[in-house]
Amino acid sequence: MALNRRDFLKSAAAASAASAVGIAVPSSLQASATEAQKDWRWDKAACRFCGTGCGIMLATKGGKIVAVKGDPAAPVNRGLNCIKGYFNAKIMYGADRLKQPLLRMNDKGEFDKQGQFKPVSWKRAFDEMEFHAKKALKASGPEGVAVFASGQYTVMEGVAAQKMMKAGFRSNAIDPNARHCMASAVVGFYQTFGIDEPSGCYDDIELTDTVISWGANMAEMHPILWSRVTDRKLSDPERVQVVNLSTYKHRTSDLADMEIIFSPSTDLAMWNYVAREIVYNHPESIDWDFVKKHIVFASQPVNIGYGMRGSDEKSIKDGKYTDLEMETISKEMAKVVSEKEGPALEPFGYKAGDNMEMKPAGLKHWEISFEEYKKFLEPYTVEYVAKISKGDPDEDIEVFKKKLKKLADLYIEKGRKVVSFWTMGMNQHTRGTWVNTLSYNVHFLLNKQAKPGEGAFSLTGQPSACGTAREVGTFCHRLPADMMVKNPKHRKICENAWKIPEGTLNPVGNQHIMKIHRDIEDGVVKFAWVNVCNPYQDSASATHWIKAAREMDNFIVCSDGYPGISAKVSDLVLPTAMIYEKWGAYGNAERRTQHWRQQVLPVGDSMSDTWQWLEFSKRFTIKDVWGEQPLRGKNKDGTPKKLPDVIAKAKAMGYKEDATMFEVLFDHERSRAFKLDPNDPIQKGYDNSECLGDSRNVKGSDGEVFKGYGFFVQKYLFEEYAAFGRGHAHDLAPFDVYHKVRGLKWPVVDGKETQWRFNAKYDPYAKKETAETGNSHAFYGGLAKKLAQGDLKGIKDKNKKSLKNKAKIFARPYMDPPEMPDENYDIWLCTGRVLEHWHSGTMTMRVPELYRAVPEALCYMHPKDAKDKGLKQGGLCWVESRRGKVKARVETRGRNRPSRGLVFVPWFDEKVFINKVCLDATCPMSKQTDYKKCAVKIYKA
Amino acid sequence: MANSNNRRKFMTTTLQSVGLTALGGMLWSGYTHEVKASPLVLRPPGAIKEEDFLTACIKCGLCAEACQNRDTNIDKETGEAREGTLKMAKGGDHTLIGTPYFIPTEVPCYMCEEIPCVPVCPSGALDIASVSNEKEELDINMSRMGLAIVHKESCIAFWGIQCDACYRACPLLDVAITLEYQKNERTGKHAFLLPVVQDSACTGCGLCEMACVTEKPAIFVLPNEISKGRAGSHYVKGWDEKDQERVKDAKKIKTVNERSEKEASDYLNSGDLY
Repeated sequence: MALNRRDFLKSAAAASAASAVGIAVPSSLQASATEAQKDWRWDKAACRFCGTGCGIMLATKGGKIVAVKGDPAAPVNRGLNCIKGYFNAKIMYGADRLKQPLLRMNDKGEFDKQGQFKPVSWKRAFDEMEFHAKKALKASGPEGVAVFASGQYTVMEGVAAQKMMKAGFRSNAIDPNARHCMASAVVGFYQTFGIDEPSGCYDDIELTDTVISWGANMAEMHPILWSRVTDRKLSDPERVQVVNLSTYKHRTSDLADMEIIFSPSTDLAMWNYVAREIVYNHPESIDWDFVKKHIVFASQPVNIGYGMRGSDEKSIKDGKYTDLEMETISKEMAKVVSEKEGPALEPFGYKAGDNMEMKPAGLKHWEISFEEYKKFLEPYTVEYVAKISKGDPDEDIEVFKKKLKKLADLYIEKGRKVVSFWTMGMNQHTRGTWVNTLSYNVHFLLNKQAKPGEGAFSLTGQPSACGTAREVGTFCHRLPADMMVKNPKHRKICENAWKIPEGTLNPVGNQHIMKIHRDIEDGVVKFAWVNVCNPYQDSASATHWIKAAREMDNFIVCSDGYPGISAKVSDLVLPTAMIYEKWGAYGNAERRTQHWRQQVLPVGDSMSDTWQWLEFSKRFTIKDVWGEQPLRGKNKDGTPKKLPDVIAKAKAMGYKEDATMFEVLFDHERSRAFKLDPNDPIQKGYDNSECLGDSRNVKGSDGEVFKGYGFFVQKYLFEEYAAFGRGHAHDLAPFDVYHKVRGLKWPVVDGKETQWRFNAKYDPYAKKETAETGNSHAFYGGLAKKLAQGDLKGIKDKNKKSLKNKAKIFARPYMDPPEMPDENYDIWLCTGRVLEHWHSGTMTMRVPELYRAVPEALCYMHPKDAKDKGLKQGGLCWVESRRGKVKARVETRGRNRPSRGLVFVPWFDEKVFINKVCLDATCPMSKQTDYKKCAVKIYKA
Repeated sequence: MANSNNRRKFMTTTLQSVGLTALGGMLWSGYTHEVKASPLVLRPPGAIKEEDFLTACIKCGLCAEACQNRDTNIDKETGEAREGTLKMAKGGDHTLIGTPYFIPTEVPCYMCEEIPCVPVCPSGALDIASVSNEKEELDINMSRMGLAIVHKESCIAFWGIQCDACYRACPLLDVAITLEYQKNERTGKHAFLLPVVQDSACTGCGLCEMACVTEKPAIFVLPNEISKGRAGSHYVKGWDEKDQERVKDAKKIKTVNERSEKEASDYLNSGDLY
């Protein structure tokens, strides 16, 4: 408390500098630990759970993890944890851990989709997978083999899965649950900066004056970061202002100086209101020097639909969707512009009452003038925005207007540092990409972006959504280090690095996670493998996907540590090593990469996802996968799309056509160069089940005891992947370095991490780019950096102009979501998480203390809504949408306090299967599902 | 149907336990011994002072039955009534046999708005007036079943862990349990978010104790007689106008102790000075 602000900042800066090189644990602390538990081994790791990326220490004794502590040397958390991190030691030891492969079989021991799960050997499991994957390839080509991937993969698992899918099967149907989590943030980064991931870092919290949360509940979802925000507030309670914008009241309001409850989807209107205040009423606050040097303005089509199924899709034509469902899905084709959105759409040529024909436009956008941008902002007056945005029907509109004005004032105030945080509220949004880019607009106009303590900062949900899903590129459209499958140069870079023939990689990457589900329902995908995720619980319109998996001719495999909904839906379940049972690395939301060693042997016959992928790759030869392969659709000249036969090229490269993908992709001279050395201080004393086998003597995919690959496979996978980013502003440090430090924020250049990207003072890449101009910033990302010219409504000049080192401000209007409350379904439904449980609860629901704390998902609602509907606190209600219904207990006085007209139901509880109710509409650009808004009715159960 | 079946089952088991104890031939002295041995039981909402409660309660079980069969106590999957909060004490339960009580870590009190357990009490052991507001409406927030106590040494929030499970579980969130923010000087950049129980609002429902994630709960409910201290009525907070209300029953002050028990003259005339 005695620290004054300057001292505080000084100590924070010193500490973060120290953290860059990995500060030492106080020696007194270390000594006492070794004295007390002589037979315990402590080693560092990353927390299993959210995107915050706390460092932990694990104690093992007798081959089991016995205790955990927060890592005092970890810069993110300095020895602290949240309630989930507190239980890291317990998550792997639930009584029902999967211990052997389980296959649905009939009494004769044959695979039978209607059979019961019975134990089989790993060999039999891979035999079945091989048979069904080959069948799927034959029936549908590479697009018939799919993977539900994960933002909880270790980096190495992501690399292994990506290589086998994209280089082996030549299938881009691999997409992570991270699609549901931050795809909108990614497209926002791409379109604005030309490169993925935040410009700032967590140090912004200690350095800012203002924390504005837009659609994030940091108090529950990023507790350690929230405790840093709280500390910042305590450091200077008058100066530091905290604002919480949300569609319902939650715990993040506890600390807030101001709470703004807004109507779902109107965050777009409020961002544009703030921008309008800047441009129209406070033009002096615009840093024109910065804007002219660094910014261009842009527009795009607005009639882009809602990422739902189109009328030409097979399952729609086959009548698999009810008339009720079609009421909403029809908006994908056309809709009538509403009174609510009419004024915002007028600059784009639409007015209320017009019919809007939808037309997919991909990521298309073009440059416009500032005057056009100004014209676009015109409608967002305080009157209009307050009218459409006020989310609490019981709040006085004048009070709401005052809040909006205060919000704008905080951003505009000269000398006030502002950080805007968001998570799922802005990402899970049918205009998620749009609203993400709108946040940068405000920060750019004021020159409050990519500076210490200033900037719009996308927080991430999953522990390695950044590190694996995004950086490794386990998305259908991506390759490592921000490269794209559709870019021939990028494909060539990967083909060269992976030593595979030119033309192997598939240029069509459109099977995002909802498309995989839909392709299974359409009968195209016939083999799907679930890795480190729970897609049958976490996807909206869940009943469709479960039915398709269970009733159609396909084969679903699920790798997991515990049996959840996805395992239950599957045909084959593979027991899988959990986090500390394997070597791994995660990357958190501030670009920090953190590694850990295998601490213990996996439970039962579990093996890691990396091992499973490598063993699977042994079942496919060049001949099996690299011949000519059909793709869906037709080329421009009318010929059917296909992938070329590359077997001849492969032979020319020295491969034999019966060489397995294991030999081609994973086991070769380059990988064997990563030697196993018992005296290497990184490896010494630690298990490595993939490389050395282990004392369990698990019988592997050939029925023989698995003795290990004989080389350091995790190091090989990491280094091969890291090479893609080095020298390209994605620089990762060497593998061994990460085992000595508490993570580093990439780009790591000359051994130094980067705190603020694009800022010439801090980012060596920006420094290089600004050497001649002397500019303060360089937004050097290379994606979409040449634009045609036009006005708000369209392109006028197709000649593309370069915008090297510039970022973009977009003119993106408020639009209604496709489904809103009406007479029949009169309440908004929002879903999300609770602090006590992680995602679908597969791990945390098995920790007795966490289960006891929060045993079931509740339906949080306003007491008056409950009363009007004849519901009692603690009683049961049905939550029903056009797609399905669930029974939940009514909570009117809990942690979440919605205003009248909205209910919140968390999704962790498979017994309150809320995703049967949710709508699978997505942002049409990012393909991220909007779990935050659909229409339901609530009635007594 | 389910409810009436449950009622029958409940009555039978209660009768069984009464029967068993009768067979056991226990004496009242035995009961009293049990009561004295453990005065730590939590009573239903509206329960009058423990010593009066023990006399007033006629051990009819109507409160426990109302608790179990309240319409919000339905199991989501089966539609059957779940175990109720209130139990009727059996031999070995460490309280007077046949009296209602509850154990928060088994089933806490869910604080039903209609308080089904209280109006059914025929004896006045559960006092409806104590849980009724000025408008004579039932108000469960007025109940005082006990008081939650935080043991700071085992509460992980006091270690700096971001927990607050009790705070979020509290039906009077931010009223009966509030958060106190403190800087964590050790880390230099985190804050403690500490749960603080507000005596003036805590009903003793035990939802916090149920939610607590430590091995043995670091927050737990004790009966008011046990958990609360009492400041003397001879001093009124000069800075708090309402504090005089606290001492409204102040009596004439007369004190005696070892030092003052002798008459003044006896003291003066006693002993030697050197």
